[in-house]
Amino acid sequence: MIKAVMMLNTQGKPRLAKFYDYLPVEKQQELIRGVFSVLCSRPENVSNFLEIDSLFGPDSRLVYKHYATLYFVLVFDGSENELAMLDLIQVLVETLDKCFSNVCELDIVFNYSKMHAVLDEIVFGGQVLETSSAEVMKAVEEISKLEAASNSISLVPKSVSGWRGR
Amino acid sequence: MNPFSSGTRLSDMIRAIRASKTAAEERAVVRKECAAIRASINENDQDYRHRDLAKLMFIHMLGYPTHFGQMECLKLIASPGFPEKRIGYLGLMLLLDERQEVLMLVTNSLKQDLNHTNQYIVGLALCALGNICSAEMARDLAPEVERLLQFRDPNIRKKAALCAIRIIRKVPDLSENFINPGAALLKEKHHGVLITGVHLCTEICKVSSEALEYFRKKCTEGLVKTLRDIANSPYSPEYDVAGITDPFLHIRLLKLLRVLGQGDADASDCMNDILAQVASKTESNKNAGNAILYECVQTIMSIEENGGLRVLAINILGKFLSNRDNNIRYVALNMLMRSLTVDSQAVQRHRATILECVKDSDASIQKRALELIYLLVNENNVKPLAKELIEYLEVSEQDFKGDLTAKICSIVEKFAPEKIWYIDQMLKVLSEAGTYVKEDVWHALIVVITNAPDLHGYTVRALYRALHTSFEQETLVRVAIWCIGEYADLLVNNAGMLDLEDPITVTESDAVDVVENAIKHHLSDVTTKAMALIALLKISSRFPSCSERVKSIIGQNKGSFVLELQQRSLEFSSVIQKHQNIRSSLVERMPVLDEATFSGRRAGSLPASVSTSGKSPLGIPNGVAKAAAPLVDLLDLGSDDTPVPTSSSNNFLQDLLGVDLSQPSAQPGAMQPSQAGADILMDLLSIGTPAPVQNGSANGDLLSIQDNNAPIAPSLTSPTAPSSMMDLLDGFGPTPPKSEDKSAAYPSIVAFESSSLKIEFNFTKQSENPQTTDIVANFINLTPNVYTEFLFQAAVPKFLQLHLDPASSNSLPANGNIKQTMRVTNSQKGKKPIVMRMRVGYKINGKDVLEEGQINNFPRGL
Repeated sequence: MIKAVMMLNTQGKPRLAKFYDYLPVEKQQELIRGVFSVLCSRPENVSNFLEIDSLFGPDSRLVYKHYATLYFVLVFDGSENELAMLDLIQVLVETLDKCFSNVCELDIVFNYSKMHAVLDEIVFGGQVLETSSAEVMKAVEEISKLEAASNSISLVPKSVSGWRGR
Repeated sequence: MNPFSSGTRLSDMIRAIRASKTAAEERAVVRKECAAIRASINENDQDYRHRDLAKLMFIHMLGYPTHFGQMECLKLIASPGFPEKRIGYLGLMLLLDERQEVLMLVTNSLKQDLNHTNQYIVGLALCALGNICSAEMARDLAPEVERLLQFRDPNIRKKAALCAIRIIRKVPDLSENFINPGAALLKEKHHGVLITGVHLCTEICKVSSEALEYFRKKCTEGLVKTLRDIANSPYSPEYDVAGITDPFLHIRLLKLLRVLGQGDADASDCMNDILAQVASKTESNKNAGNAILYECVQTIMSIEENGGLRVLAINILGKFLSNRDNNIRYVALNMLMRSLTVDSQAVQRHRATILECVKDSDASIQKRALELIYLLVNENNVKPLAKELIEYLEVSEQDFKGDLTAKICSIVEKFAPEKIWYIDQMLKVLSEAGTYVKEDVWHALIVVITNAPDLHGYTVRALYRALHTSFEQETLVRVAIWCIGEYADLLVNNAGMLDLEDPITVTESDAVDVVENAIKHHLSDVTTKAMALIALLKISSRFPSCSERVKSIIGQNKGSFVLELQQRSLEFSSVIQKHQNIRSSLVERMPVLDEATFSGRRAGSLPASVSTSGKSPLGIPNGVAKAAAPLVDLLDLGSDDTPVPTSSSNNFLQDLLGVDLSQPSAQPGAMQPSQAGADILMDLLSIGTPAPVQNGSANGDLLSIQDNNAPIAPSLTSPTAPSSMMDLLDGFGPTPPKSEDKSAAYPSIVAFESSSLKIEFNFTKQSENPQTTDIVANFINLTPNVYTEFLFQAAVPKFLQLHLDPASSNSLPANGNIKQTMRVTNSQKGKKPIVMRMRVGYKINGKDVLEEGQINNFPRGL
C-alpha cells in the first residue's frame, strides 16, 4: 500500500502532499521535513530507494525522483514492488507533463486542485488505480469539462494560461 | 479590493504567500486569510464557500491548523453542483480523518452520491470513500460498492474495486460478498479494471482462507492464461512503459499467483511454465522489465519447491547484482535477503559480488549489502569475510563506520574459531574505528582476555604496539590501559611469548609512559583517566622502582576539577605513601570474570536491573541506606540514578574497576561521589575473595561491611579528608572480608604476648545476631613449666557485654595450651570497636604471677 505521495521543491517546501493513512497536521509537516532532510543530503547517482523506518514505521520504503526543482516522493510498504513504484512516478510525471504541456513547479503551485484531480486518478486510497497516462488524462478532462459546464467559476483551469493571464 | 479580504482568489493568496520573504511574513498572510475565511464561514457565505475551502487546503498543506473548515466540507458535499462537491470531497479527504465524528454525518451524503445518476459524482464519492472509509461506513456502504463493481463505465468499476479493498481491510468479514464479483473482474478485458480486479482478489485471498481455496480451484488456470496472453501480446502503446507491455498488470498477476501458489503444490505446478517463460523471456535492459523480473523472482521463491526455477531466480538476482543501475542492485540485495531462508547455499554463491556491494558508493546499497553479508557469515567463511570487512573499514566513509564496526564486532564475537583470532580482529577494529565500538563490546573483549590466561602476555604486548599507532582511538586506549594495569609484568618480561610474535623490548618506565600519556592526552575523558589512575596504582605495585614516578603522576590529579579523579588520586596517593604493606594485596590481578555470567547479563540487561531494583527495600533512593541489600545491589548503586538501559554497562565497569562513570559529571550532589568512593573501596577490598560478583554467596560478609560503611560513608563526602578514608582502609586492609565460611570471616589475632604466655583470639559471628561475637581464647604456655590455678579475667566498657565461660582447664601444661570461650555483644556495633582489658593470674611452682594488658587490635566490624 502507498502511504504517502509528496512533491517537494528543492527548498523543502511541500508542493503537494497526500497521506493515505490519517496523520495530524503537525506529524505531516514533521514527515515532510524529515523526508526532505534525507533527500537533500543524498548525492547524485545513487539508488532512488531509501528505507525510512525511522519516519514512517517499520517496513516503509521511499522512492523518489528528482526533476528540475522538484522531488517526487512515494512512500509505501513492503507489499509494493519498488521498481514498479519508480515507474509509477514516471507515469505521474508524464501525465502532468501532458496536462500542463511541459510542467514546471509554478504549474503545480497554482493548480493545486487540478493536481489532486490527477493524483486521485492514479493513486486511489493508497492503491494504484490507473497506470496509463492517456486514461488519466481522459478522466481529468472529463472533470474539467464538467466543472466548466456546471458553473462559471473554474477551479481546474484547463491550461496554464489560466493563471498567467490574470 | 483589499487583497486579503475573503474575496481574494486562490491564486492571489498563493501569490501573496509566495511573495513572503520570511516565515513570519508568511504566517501573517496565512493568519489574515484564515480570519477572512472564518468570517466568511460565519456569514454562511455560499458563493465563496468552495473557494474558502480550496484556500484552506493549501494552508493545510503548509502545515497550519484548518479544523474550523471541516463543517464547510460537509456543506459543500451536500450541495448539488459538481464543482462544489468536488472541492467538498477533496477537503474531506485532506482535512478530515476516519476517527472524527464529523464523518458520521457524511455517510448519508456518500450513500446518495454513490447512487447518483451522474457517474462523475459517483466517482468522486467512491474516491472519498476509498480514502477515508471507517469500519462503520464499510458496513453501511458495502452493498453500494458491490453493486458498482458491475457498473457499465470501466472507470467506476475500477474505483469500486479499489474501494472494496479498503472495505475488506476495515471489515474482513465483508470479503465473502466480494468473492463472486471479484472473480468476475478477473475476466475483464479492460486493463485498468483487470489490474484493480486482480488486486482485489489478492486482498480477498489474504483475509479469507475460504476465498483463497475458491480462487485457487477456479481461477489459477485462467490467471496463468491471462499472464501468458500479455507476456506474448504484441506492442500496445496504451499501457506500455519503456517498451514493455503493461508491467503493472504483469506485477499484479504475479502477486496474485504468488498468493495462490504458496503452500499448494498443484497450483504451483500449474504456473511453473509461465513463470519460467516470464523469467527467461523478459527483457532486462529497462527498469520496467526488471520490475517484472523482480516480481517473478519473488513469486518463484514463494511458491512450492521447484529446484530448477529457483536456480533460475537466484541467477536473475545474481545478474541484477552486477547491473550498473543502483536501483536494480538495491532490490536484488533485498530479494537475496529474503531468499536466504529458502536457499542459503544459492545465495552463498554470490557472496563475492555482495561483498563488492558493501563497498558501493551508495549508502542504501552499502547498508543492505552489509546486512546480507552479516546473515551469510558462518563458521566456515568468517575468517576471509571478517578480513575483507576490516580492510574495508580503513577506507569506508565516516557515516558508514558505525554500522560496519557493529556488524564486524558481532560476527567476530559470534563465530570466532579461537580466542587469539578474536582478540586479533578486535584489536584491528579498535585501532581502526575504536570510537565506534560500543561499550558492551569492549567490555566483552576484556572478559575474553581475562579468560585466556595464556594470551595475557600476547594481548598486552599487541595492545602496547597498537597504542603507538592509534592513540586517538579512545576505546583502544581504555582496553590497553586496563590490560597494562593488569598485566604490566608480562609486558615487560615478555612472558608467554607466542611463536608468531616479534619480540619487543619494553622497560618499566615505558609502560608508565603509555599510561601517563593517556592521562594527559587532551582527548581522554573521565573514564579513561580514571582507568589510567587505577592502572598506575597497579603498576606502582608491580614495579616498585617506578613507584615514586607513579606517585607524582597520581599526585598531579589531586587538584582535578572532576571529583571522581580528585578523590581517586587522593586515595591512591595515600595507598602508595602510607600503606605499602597492603598495597600489593589491594592491587592484585582482577579475578577472572565469568564469561557465561557476563554474556547472560549482557543479553538480559534490562530485566536484570529491573529485578535488582525491585529487591531494594522501599526503593530508598540513597545508596548508603540500601547497603543492606545483597552485594549485587551494592554494585548497582551507581545505576540507580542513571537510565535503566545503561545500567548493565555501569555494573560492568563497577565490577571491573569501580569506575562510576555517569555520576561525577552528571550529578555533583554530595552523596553521589561518596557512593562511588565506597564502591571503589568495596571493590578493592573484595579483590581477595574469589568471585566478588557472584550472586548470593557474599551475603554474610556484606552484612558486616555494611555496618562500617554506613556511618563512615558520609565523611567520605569531603575528599579533602583522606585520613578518614584511610581509617577505613586501615580497618579493612589486613582483614579482608571473606565469604560465609565462619572461621575465616575474621582472622584470629594475637591478643597478648609476653615471654611466658601468648593469647590468641579466634572469632566467630552468630549469623542471627550480628552484634554478638563468640571469641575462643587460646592460651599458649611458652615455657617448660606448668602453670596452675590459671585464671583469665576480662573487663569491657559499658557499651559491651561480656560473658565468660569456664576455661577448659585451670592448669596450663608445659608448652601446651587451654581454651576458654567468651561472648561479646557490641551494642554500638559499627560505631565503636571492641576493646578489652584483661588480667591473667597463675602460679609457676607455687609462685603467683600476674599479667595485665589492653587488647585494642580487634578486627573492625565486630
